[in-house]
Amino acid sequence: MVETGHFALVLAFALSLVQTIVPLFGARLNNQRLMAVGGPVAVTGFALTALSFAALASAYASSDFSLANVWENSHSLQPMIYKITGTWGNHEGSMLLWVLILTFFGALVAAFGSNLPATLRANVLAVQGAIGAAFFLFILATSNPFIRLNPAPIEGRDLNPVLQDLGLAIHPPLLYLGYVGFSICFSFSVAALIEGRIDASWARWVRPWTLVAWMFLTGGIAMGSYWAYYELGWGGFWFWDPVENASFMPWLAGTALLHSAIVMEKRSALKIWTLLLAILTFSLSLLGTFLVRSGVLTSVHAFATDPTRGVFILCILTLFIGGSLALFALRASRLTAGGLFHPISREGALVLNNLFLTTATATVLVGTLYPLALEALTGDKISVGAPFFDLTFGPLMLPLLAIVPFGPLLAWKRGDVIAASQRLMAAFALALGAVLVTGLFVDGASVFAALGIGLAVWLVAGALTDLAVKSGVGSVAPSVMFRRFAGLPRSVFGTALAHLGLGLTLLGIVATLSFGTEKILTMRAGETVELSGHTLRFVGLYPTQGPNYSEDRGRFELIGVSGSPVGEISSAKRFFPVRQTTTTESGIKTLGLSQLYISLGDENKDGSVVVRLWWKPLVTLIWGGGLVMMAGAAMSLMDRRLRVGAPSRRRKQASTAAPVALP
Amino acid sequence: MTRKQKRLSVIAGGLAFLGAATGLTFYALGQKASYFYMPADLTTASVQPGQRIRLGGLVEKGTIQRGQGATVAFSVTDTHKSVKVTYTGILPDLFREEQGVITEGTFGPDGVFVADSVLAKHDERYMPKEVADGLKAKGVWQESKSD
Repeated sequence: MVETGHFALVLAFALSLVQTIVPLFGARLNNQRLMAVGGPVAVTGFALTALSFAALASAYASSDFSLANVWENSHSLQPMIYKITGTWGNHEGSMLLWVLILTFFGALVAAFGSNLPATLRANVLAVQGAIGAAFFLFILATSNPFIRLNPAPIEGRDLNPVLQDLGLAIHPPLLYLGYVGFSICFSFSVAALIEGRIDASWARWVRPWTLVAWMFLTGGIAMGSYWAYYELGWGGFWFWDPVENASFMPWLAGTALLHSAIVMEKRSALKIWTLLLAILTFSLSLLGTFLVRSGVLTSVHAFATDPTRGVFILCILTLFIGGSLALFALRASRLTAGGLFHPISREGALVLNNLFLTTATATVLVGTLYPLALEALTGDKISVGAPFFDLTFGPLMLPLLAIVPFGPLLAWKRGDVIAASQRLMAAFALALGAVLVTGLFVDGASVFAALGIGLAVWLVAGALTDLAVKSGVGSVAPSVMFRRFAGLPRSVFGTALAHLGLGLTLLGIVATLSFGTEKILTMRAGETVELSGHTLRFVGLYPTQGPNYSEDRGRFELIGVSGSPVGEISSAKRFFPVRQTTTTESGIKTLGLSQLYISLGDENKDGSVVVRLWWKPLVTLIWGGGLVMMAGAAMSLMDRRLRVGAPSRRRKQASTAAPVALP
Repeated sequence: MTRKQKRLSVIAGGLAFLGAATGLTFYALGQKASYFYMPADLTTASVQPGQRIRLGGLVEKGTIQRGQGATVAFSVTDTHKSVKVTYTGILPDLFREEQGVITEGTFGPDGVFVADSVLAKHDERYMPKEVADGLKAKGVWQESKSD
C-alpha cells in the first residue's frame, strides 16, 4: 500500500507536467484534441493524489513505523482520531494535503468547466497543473513522506502533544481549502493574461471560486483562533503571530477580491485591478506557505527546519509570483479598461473598500516581514506585536467598518448618500443608543469600549436595514413585503449575513477586550474565588491516566446563588512521557455567549496551586461571527445568478424582488 | 470640475491616504517594535527603564524562586551575565531550568526586569530561535542532546 502511494505520487507529478504542457500548446495552436487532454488528466491526477494520501493515512491508522514519517509523528497508544489526523500534523503530510486539495480544485474545474470557452479552460488547467508540478517536485525532492526505515522501529515518537486535539482534524483542512482555493482565481487570471482577453463572463466564473475559497479560509482562521484560545491556555484569541498573519493576509486580500469581482461582473469595471488582486491573493497564500513551512519562523506550525526546503519554496514563490506579475506587466495594457462611474456609487464604495483592505493587507505584510528583513540586513532582532498592529491596522479598519452599511444601500453608477443616510437613521439611532448605554451604565467602560460596541451595533443594524429596505419595510403592505423578502436574491442575503457576522465578531472582540476580567492567584482545595459575579470553588487535584499521557486534573465547581454547585469546570496539566512534554488543558464553561476560562499552573511546595481565571463576556461571538460570515458566503453561492447557464429565471426574480437597489 | 480634474483629485486623495498609512506604519515600527537582547548585550545597549524589550537566554540553574502568590523570580543568563526577572502569572509548560526562554517586559528602576509575558516556544530543542542564535554568536552554544 505504501509503495503504491509513493508510486501514485510520482505518477501524479508526471501527469501534472502533461497537464501543464499539452493544453497550453493546444490553446496556442487552437487544437481541440490537445486542449481536451487537460480535463481527464486533471481528474486522474486528483485520483492518484487521493490514492497517495489514502496510503499515507492508512499507514498512520495502522501505526506502520517502518515509515520514517509515521515513526516521527505517531504512537501506537494514540487514540485513532489522532492517529489519522496525525497524517497532516507534520510537514510532509501537510504538504501532501496541500497538493491533494490543489488537484481537487483542478479536477473540479475539469468536471464543471464544460461551458467555459475551450481555450480559457485549457489555460486554467495548464496553470493549475504548473502549480501542482512545482509542489509535487517539492514533496518528492525534499519532503517525501514515504521514506522507509530499516529496521523498522517498534514504537513511534508520538505526535506533538499540542496537536493531539480535535482542532487538528478541522483547522488545517479548512485553512488549506481556503489558501489553495485561491489558486483557481490565480489560474483564471494568468489564463486571461495568456489569452490577452477578459470580460464580464470571466468575473462570473471567478466569483464563485473566490467565494468558496473565502468561505473556507474564514472558517479555517476562525477555527485556528478558537483552537489557539483553548489549547494554549493563555486566554487570547489572536496574537498577531507571523503565522496567524500569514493566513490573515490572503483573507484580507481575498475579501477585497470578493468585492472588486462584484464590480467587474456587474459593471465591467475594475477589470485589471481585479485580475491583479487575484494574483496577489494567491501570492500571499504562497507567501504564507513559505513563512510557515520554511522554518523561517519558529512556532507550533514549523515542524522541522531544513534549509533546503526553505530555498525550494522560495524558488517556487519567486517563479509564480514573479512570473505572473511579469506577465501582468506585459499584457495588462492589452486588456480594455472598463466603464466609468461616479465616485458616490456602489462601485465607488467598493473601490473605497478595496483601498482600505489592500492598505491594511500591506501594513500586516510590513509588520510580518520587517523583522525578518531587519534581522537579515542588520542582525537586530525585533518583535512586532499587538502594539504595532493596534496603531496601524486599527485606524485603517475603523473607518472601513463605519462605512460598510452604506455600501449595499448605494445604487450602481450614481448613488445618493443622503437617501442612504436617511434609510440608516434607525440603525444609527440604535448604535448611538448602544454607545450611551455602554458609556453611562456599564462599570469601567472606556470611551473606546463604548464606541466599539456602538460600531458593532451599527454594523449589525446596518446589515438588517439593508434587508428591510430591499423588502420594502414601511413603504408597502406587509403581504407584499414578505413576498419581496422571500424573493430577494440569495446574494443579497449573503451580503447582509456576511456584514452581520463581521459586526458580531467585532462585538465579541470589543466586549472581551474591554469588559473581560482576569485573576491570578494560588488556591488550596476547598477555597473559593469570585470573578465578575461568579463564585468558583477549587475542589482539588485529581491524578488520572489517559491513553498516552498522565494528568493532574484540577476540578472546580461553579457555585450558584443558593450556595450549591451548579456546574463543574476542570483544567489539567497533562504529561506525555514519550516526548517528555507537559501541556495545559484549559477549563472552559460557556454561560450564554460568554465563557469562564480556567488555566491551571504549577503546584507549589505547600500543596497550593497557581490558578489563572478569566471572565470573557460575549467571547463566543468572535467565532460565531465567523460562522455567520461563512453562512453568508454559502448563501451567495446558492444565488442562481452565479451559475453560468441559468440566466432565464434571473430577470423575473430580480424584477419582482428588489427594485430599490438592483439595476 | 472637469473630468480630468476629478480624476486627478481622486488619485491625489488615494495617494494622500496611502502616504498617511505609510507614515503611520513607519512611525509604529519605530515606536512599537520591541528589540531582543541577551543579558550581556545590555551593558553596551542603552535600555531605558520603562522601554519595552524582549530579554532572552537560559533560565539559570537554581534561581527559580516561587514567592508569595503567583509571582515567580528567576535569572536569565547567557553564561556571561545574568539578569533577575520577576513574573506574575502562569509559566509556560516548557519553562524549566537551563532551557531557553524569552521574556517580554520592562526594567524597573531597581534593575530587575519585570516581565509581563514569558515564552518558551515549542521547538524541537526547547530553544527559541533568537536565543539559539544569540548563544551561537557568543560561542557558548552546545549542540544539545538529540533524542
